[in-house]
Amino acid sequence: MSQTPILESRSLHRTFGAVVAAKDINVAIHAGEVVGVIGSNGAGKTTFINMVTGFLPPSAGEIMFNGRSILGLAPRKITRMGMARSFQVAQLFPELTVLDNMLVALSIAESPLPSFLRPLRTPERVEKAEATLKEFGVAAFRDHQVTAVPQGTRKLVDIAMALIANPKMLLLDEPTSGVAVEEKFPLMDSVMEVVRRHGVTVLFVEHDMEIVARYVSRILAFYAGEVIADGPPDQVLDDAKVRELVVGHGHGGHGRARRSS
Amino acid sequence: MRLDRTELWLLASGVVLALGVFVLPNWLTFLLTIAFAKGLVVQGVVVQMRAGLVSFGQGLYYCIGGYTVGMGGQWLGVHDAFVLLALSMVAAAVVAMVLGLLLTRYREIFFAMLTLAFSMILYGVLAKSQSLGSTDGFNVHGITALGWTPGSSGKMFVYVLTCGIAAVAAVFLHRLSKSSVGYVCEAIRENEVRVEYLGASPRWTLYSTYVLAAAVSALGGGLTGMATGHVDPEMAYWTTSGEFVFIALLGGIGHVAAPFVAASLFSTVRTYAIQFVPHSWQMILGFVLLGIIIFLPKGLWSLFKRTRKAEARV
Ligand SMILES: Nc1ncnc2c1ncn2[C@@H]1O[C@H](COP(=O)(O)OP(=O)(O)O)[C@@H](O)[C@H]1O
Ligand SMILES: [Mg+2]
Repeated sequence: MSQTPILESRSLHRTFGAVVAAKDINVAIHAGEVVGVIGSNGAGKTTFINMVTGFLPPSAGEIMFNGRSILGLAPRKITRMGMARSFQVAQLFPELTVLDNMLVALSIAESPLPSFLRPLRTPERVEKAEATLKEFGVAAFRDHQVTAVPQGTRKLVDIAMALIANPKMLLLDEPTSGVAVEEKFPLMDSVMEVVRRHGVTVLFVEHDMEIVARYVSRILAFYAGEVIADGPPDQVLDDAKVRELVVGHGHGGHGRARRSS
Repeated sequence: MRLDRTELWLLASGVVLALGVFVLPNWLTFLLTIAFAKGLVVQGVVVQMRAGLVSFGQGLYYCIGGYTVGMGGQWLGVHDAFVLLALSMVAAAVVAMVLGLLLTRYREIFFAMLTLAFSMILYGVLAKSQSLGSTDGFNVHGITALGWTPGSSGKMFVYVLTCGIAAVAAVFLHRLSKSSVGYVCEAIRENEVRVEYLGASPRWTLYSTYVLAAAVSALGGGLTGMATGHVDPEMAYWTTSGEFVFIALLGGIGHVAAPFVAASLFSTVRTYAIQFVPHSWQMILGFVLLGIIIFLPKGLWSLFKRTRKAEARV
């Protein structure tokens, strides 16, 4: 484990009107870790990802990537530094084919100022895009328009597009949401296998405790904008506060009455 | 530079059409000159439409192109068609580089209305400029080409020139549509946030596309000025820009030749409609537009694609 964390947030705050979506978040993630983020809906998981990727400015706090402050940088700049993300709802280019989605991602990864005259579809790019689709087991959908492929495939393409740029760190926002229960494990299996092979540091958000426990070395538990627990899976899942506020509530809102002791 | 089938086909069409100068009647070559010149302006609209932006002010660059050709001859003593067209493109690109800084901050109706606003400002300025003939504009004459003076065959020369430029521009724009930028533009139209998250700047892409579109449209304005021998502020008027959007919708964004085909069809229909139903030709245009939006939302070109797919299924 290196000394400088790959990603570090210091006293991160964010409010939306009266809603506190992030409150004093201090997290340090080291290269090579696979970190799971749990927390009920509205706990601030997506807000955290949006802030560290430059999409949402924090109200206060500092964010470091590889020891450099990335506060105030645009998402594209942060992506170029090696932090990629996927989305809770797959963010693709629906009118393009799966392959063209990948080629756009690859071409941008190769050069931030895409060429006016060189074709997008070069044999080398197509080969690389196909190889990545194959890694994720979705190569069969290559020529399908995105609107015509199943939800699970879309989520995988969304992640594949993030990974094709060879990021150092990958943030996955609920990779299994919107996917049928029986598809969740196979989907996560293929994602985690690819991610391990590429040696990427991963942070992923997941509601399902079984899934989290299976893949991660560390869990962050979010509740009402705060990180209420941070540690190895068995420790965090055994934590009284986590059991009360996160696990016990499943998918429900965080505002429900606390159990009286 | 290797040409693909579409590109060869485009260049061949340009040559065949240009050779038509020997057989086609003058009225037809003139109609086609204007149609192809307008088609070039429409190409500028289409390039932006692919990125999801509708310019309701492309007349701005049409007008800049025309006036540059006119003023180049009048004030700079430049009469060479190629130099004048190059100047048109430069002038349009320079203006677009400035306006693009502001315009690329806006999307959808705001972008459309802002482009319209800028073209109307130019209209107002030109209409008030005594030295440029106010609303009457001024005449363009004495066009030469590489030291040769076409004289009485000037119109024929401009026709051949227009066919050549349209074909070369079409090849270039075809490349553009298949290029990384071409696809990134489509990606921006589909999901701008994702493009940003992939590491590209949507604004920079839209900006460079906007400047390029301006330069292509200015070519159309320059050629129109040479063909008609006249430029006036009407070129920047909003109805002119509306016509370009109309033609763009008519053709669709499916094929690089569509704007030229649509512009030719538009000019022909208008010529006959004005002759036969002088007071209701706008009504005809209205119905055509209605029909296209309802039945062929992707433009006339989707007719070709439909039949081709139908054939393929058999
Ligand atoms: N753009 C926004 N505008 C207003 N409120 C927001 C916005 N984004 C998130 N929130 C609020 O912040 C809180 C945290 O949301 P979010 O980070 O999406 O939760 P999670 O991803 O954990 O389900 C919620 O109460 C949500 O309503
Ligand atoms: Mg969320």
